[in-house]
Amino acid sequence: MTAMRDTTSILPLSVEGLTFEAGGKRLLDGVGFALARGGVTALIGPNGSGKSLTLRMCHGLMRPSAGHVGWAVADGIVGGLKRHAMVFQKPVMLRRSARANILHALAAIGLSRSDRNARCVAALERFGMTDLATRPARLMSGGEQQRLAIARAWAMAPEVLFLDEPTSQLDPGATRQVEEMLLALKAEGVTLVMASHDMGQVRRLADRVLFLNRGGLVEDAPTSAFFETPASAEARAFVAGDLVW
Amino acid sequence: MDVTQALSAAFGLVFGGDHAFYAIVGLSLTVTLSAVVLAALIGLPAGALLALARFPGRGAVIVLVNGLMGLPPVVAGLIVFLVLSRSGPLGSLGLLFTPAAMVVAQTLLVLPIVIAITRQLIEDLHGEYREHLASLGLTGIRAIPTLLWDGRFALATAILAGFGRASAEVGAVLIVGGNIAGYTRTMTTAIALETSKGDLPLALGLGIVLIALTLGINAVTYAASRVGARFAG
Repeated sequence: MTAMRDTTSILPLSVEGLTFEAGGKRLLDGVGFALARGGVTALIGPNGSGKSLTLRMCHGLMRPSAGHVGWAVADGIVGGLKRHAMVFQKPVMLRRSARANILHALAAIGLSRSDRNARCVAALERFGMTDLATRPARLMSGGEQQRLAIARAWAMAPEVLFLDEPTSQLDPGATRQVEEMLLALKAEGVTLVMASHDMGQVRRLADRVLFLNRGGLVEDAPTSAFFETPASAEARAFVAGDLVW
Repeated sequence: MDVTQALSAAFGLVFGGDHAFYAIVGLSLTVTLSAVVLAALIGLPAGALLALARFPGRGAVIVLVNGLMGLPPVVAGLIVFLVLSRSGPLGSLGLLFTPAAMVVAQTLLVLPIVIAITRQLIEDLHGEYREHLASLGLTGIRAIPTLLWDGRFALATAILAGFGRASAEVGAVLIVGGNIAGYTRTMTTAIALETSKGDLPLALGLGIVLIALTLGINAVTYAASRVGARFAG
């Protein structure tokens, strides 16, 4: 049973001097920020600015060449359960049903069979996907797949959810559905950190913007302040470029 | 006896309940199925391990395994013969000219097919799943069960390919089994012998069963790929 669930928070997250080098190139250069509980933080910047690398290192998928990702609890793992999850740009769907995709993730992180079933049912119901439960996940539409990926992540009860351009391959309708899901997660108190190229989306969802350029963190500001009065020349050019498009 | 007579006599054997005939078919299937099961039990994990492991000389191992897919059955038979012969390293087991020796020889033929195809499939699948599985903490060999399960339909075709190869080969089982009537005589070795002796009905009857078997394997392979497509998209 999970009656004694450990509710210790893995936040704040403290990222210091995050640096990554590959093939003699410095792709990430001393990125540092702190992440408190709640809200949506958007990582924005041109292609190759280091958004995806930053997310992957925070989530532990990649090791930095230098610098440090420090959770309040070691590795963000509480009572054997990793309390941060990640959703990718192209959802990774196992060759199984939607339901089996969720159950697999829950089994992988070590939940008991009864906990798995209960959480899987809850996740499908929570996001109105019960009808899709038995559908082979890879035959679902791109939007359904990304919603399933988010439901799958939600089922693991993460305190922090990283998202790497979750809607960049979706049409406007599917994008809206995903954004609604993310707002629901935010309302529940899940801390969201997402990379996005969609400035409209950043304005709609984000409370805070981290602007990266050429591997460096250039600005860290509340969303409205960032778009209205960008402090740096690079951010001004980036925002202006966005408006021109 | 002309071919038409031989054919009708052959059908008589296939459907007539001839005990010796069914014994030959039964032994062939037992030997080949045992070899395929053994090769799958060893080859699936080994192929998956080869797909995920990174070590010096990995490329050479892959080339070797791929090359062994074309190992001539008579050479496989010769190797097993030398190992199991009275003066060989495992001669004391007394396995030469027994069905067990035939299983070993056919396992040797099927194993490279299973390992090579598994390695390729699992490597491709892992490329697609890697980040998600790592996010769930399934890194290294902990990823293997998921990958094998999700590759199950494609892997089934690899195993069926191995079954096809083993059931059709004559060289290996002839060398290590000796084609002893009622003991180590299989469909293929019987066809080789009876044709040279002029007993066409028996050879043809066994040939019919072999062809039916081949068609059956291909039907199952096709069905597996169709079912797999429903999940794989």
